[in-house]
Amino acid sequence: MSKLTFTRRGLMKTTAAVGAGLAMPHLFIRGANAFTNEPGSGSVTLGFNVPQSGPYADEGADELRAYMLAVEHLNGEGDGGMLSTFSSKALEGAGILGRKVEYVTGDTQTKSDAARASAKSMIEKDGAIMITGGSSSGVAVAVQALCQEAGVIFMAGLTHSNDTTGKDRKANGFRHFFNSYMSGAALAPVLENAYGTDRKAYHLTADYNWGYTTEEAIRTATEAMGWETVEAVKTPLAQTDFSSYIAPVAQSDADVLVLNHYGGNMVNSLTNAVQFGLRDRMVNGKNFEIIVPLYSRLMAKGAGENVKGIFGSTNWHWTLQDEGSRAFVRSFGTKYGFPPSQAAHTCYVQTLLYADAVQRAGSFNPCAVVEALEGYEFDGLGNGPTLYRAEDHQCFKDVLVVRGKENPESEFDLLEVVEVTPVEQVTYPPDHPQFAGGQLGVCNPGA
Amino acid sequence: MDAIILQVLNGLDKGSAYALIALGLTLIFGTLGVVNFAHGALFMLGAFCAVTLNVILRASFTTIDETRTDFLGNPLKVETPYVEYWFGPEVGGSIIEWSVPLAILFAIPVMALVGIAMERGLVKHFYKRPHADQILVTFGLAIVLQEIIKAFYGANPIPTPAPDAFSGSFDFGALVGFDAGSIIYPYWRLVYFGFAAAVIAGVFAFLQFTTFGMVVRAGMADRETVGLLGIDIDRRFTFMFALAAIVAGLAGVMYAPINAPNYHMGMDFLVLSFVVVVVGGMGSLPGAVLAGFLLGILESFASMAAVVTLLPGINQVIIYLVAIVILLTRPRGLMGRKGVME
Repeated sequence: MSKLTFTRRGLMKTTAAVGAGLAMPHLFIRGANAFTNEPGSGSVTLGFNVPQSGPYADEGADELRAYMLAVEHLNGEGDGGMLSTFSSKALEGAGILGRKVEYVTGDTQTKSDAARASAKSMIEKDGAIMITGGSSSGVAVAVQALCQEAGVIFMAGLTHSNDTTGKDRKANGFRHFFNSYMSGAALAPVLENAYGTDRKAYHLTADYNWGYTTEEAIRTATEAMGWETVEAVKTPLAQTDFSSYIAPVAQSDADVLVLNHYGGNMVNSLTNAVQFGLRDRMVNGKNFEIIVPLYSRLMAKGAGENVKGIFGSTNWHWTLQDEGSRAFVRSFGTKYGFPPSQAAHTCYVQTLLYADAVQRAGSFNPCAVVEALEGYEFDGLGNGPTLYRAEDHQCFKDVLVVRGKENPESEFDLLEVVEVTPVEQVTYPPDHPQFAGGQLGVCNPGA
Repeated sequence: MDAIILQVLNGLDKGSAYALIALGLTLIFGTLGVVNFAHGALFMLGAFCAVTLNVILRASFTTIDETRTDFLGNPLKVETPYVEYWFGPEVGGSIIEWSVPLAILFAIPVMALVGIAMERGLVKHFYKRPHADQILVTFGLAIVLQEIIKAFYGANPIPTPAPDAFSGSFDFGALVGFDAGSIIYPYWRLVYFGFAAAVIAGVFAFLQFTTFGMVVRAGMADRETVGLLGIDIDRRFTFMFALAAIVAGLAGVMYAPINAPNYHMGMDFLVLSFVVVVVGGMGSLPGAVLAGFLLGILESFASMAAVVTLLPGINQVIIYLVAIVILLTRPRGLMGRKGVME
């Protein structure tokens, strides 16, 4: 007669065996897929990971508006927006590869860990095949690495640091937005024309990844044309009152202040600089000038009157008159009542580019998408002829140099485009020192 | 030398804000014994009183201008503020321009109501609970207030300029005999300092020279005995909570032109203000003011390029370093009284 006994060890073994048994069918199904989150025949899910809370929430809200508009257009609703002006005619407003486009959203909170958590949840729980979004380079770099590991495509939203497609580039990640190097290369000639070659610059730089690469890019570009950098001071990202950083600028012999700040930092530092009378100063016999390398209309709105006459660069602006930009502004403006921001534009374009790549490749497999996007040349999406370079997955296109408008005609009319810098002038080799140290690696289809 | 004077001036306006917030915190702690983590949110609400009044004054009616078009090519909708329509463009424009100083009058009743509602509706129920509970509930309240403001005004800073008369800066260097242009200081920050000094003096005078203030001070020293004397100390303490809310609110109103208000600005000041209270001495009103200015000026000095180059990162930790040193050498803070929080 056998004796039945329960031991703790025995119970654990049994639990593990039963657990493994229950998980088995799932493992087989996963193994049967060629790649992560292969969609069924009915619909496909995209993951929009944007800051819905935190300091960049307004930018995130605009990104989300653009994504929803893109989904509408991909599914054949609305006026079609830039689908009609896009040089590729693969998309016909019938979803992607015949599947209706659906989406889930996540909140990055502009924090890398929160952004990774929400992206992970969208991939694992919601079955998102592609993740896109972000309003910060720190977030973009973190989520891009996660997508590489998970085997899904990452289409970066607003991220301007060189590192996103430089030392932190990944095979599964793609960036349409321009970068710090391009800002420097585009701004330098305009600054030379406006302010001459004999200038002394003082940099205030946000103390994080994007700040460093922007400072380096602007310093390199301006020093090459003869400017001297007298001081470069890092400012904490959480700083709100910049007066103690601005005051020493007036005490130095600098005649230009470069604010490598974005978002709330830029609004506050620029406001403080104007309050301290920097723009009314004469130094070295010249007018004191302020430069903001990366401009956005939403930021310009925050800084109010203070942006007037100040140079900066931007990826896109709603006043552009090409067919694509006009179609997008009409579509977005009719739906929401105001023109789109550059963040909205790049997110809309990225969604279309992903859908188009899948359509052309005939597959959702990330490696097929990577192949379709690498070296892809397109037009009609608001930036003129554009190349998705194969070596680093960075888009190369014209860059806009803008200036705060002196006499705005409306609350949206804050910046004026002073120069469209041709793409040749902002192109650099993939192994340029500012981008060195990164490897794309190989595409990861996951599963 | 001029660099030192400049940083002292810089520290004064930041110190003014710290002092005003810490003063309110100390008032609440001293009278009610409550550690109020929502006090930063009250500062933020004050700044948004300025924003709100500006929005109200800009309330407009729309007319269609057929001769011009908007960004979509439709006839342009022209917005004309009612105040400009009623009082003419010049007077109406001036009223809008002076919205920040006018917001002081607007903020006083609003902040008083907020303070009373907070105390009667929520904080009152936590008097006998441990400090940890009070911190949790007031911190939660701060987050709720932040989110309400964000829902109405968005996350981006909202520019709220000072009147044109105070928007420029003046050459302080030339005034005191240094090179012209060596010490430039914005007018509004001087106004802010003067305003803060007046508010602080007003609060002290109120506590020192009125019977009401005397009872409150007595209550701060020994609540029980004052109660035994037949005085309804609770009602007076509700009033003090409202007063603290008004002081924080006024600090916020006048701060709006210095940094464009955003929903998060209260949190930025809150932690530092607590350090100010602790350094000044828990429960000591003059200590809070003194420590506010002291730490504001020290923070300014620590941000100088020369100092940061010598000691990288010092600008971010200086206040806490000083707090540690002061608490090690004077555990009750600069002007702390015996028996408070011991």
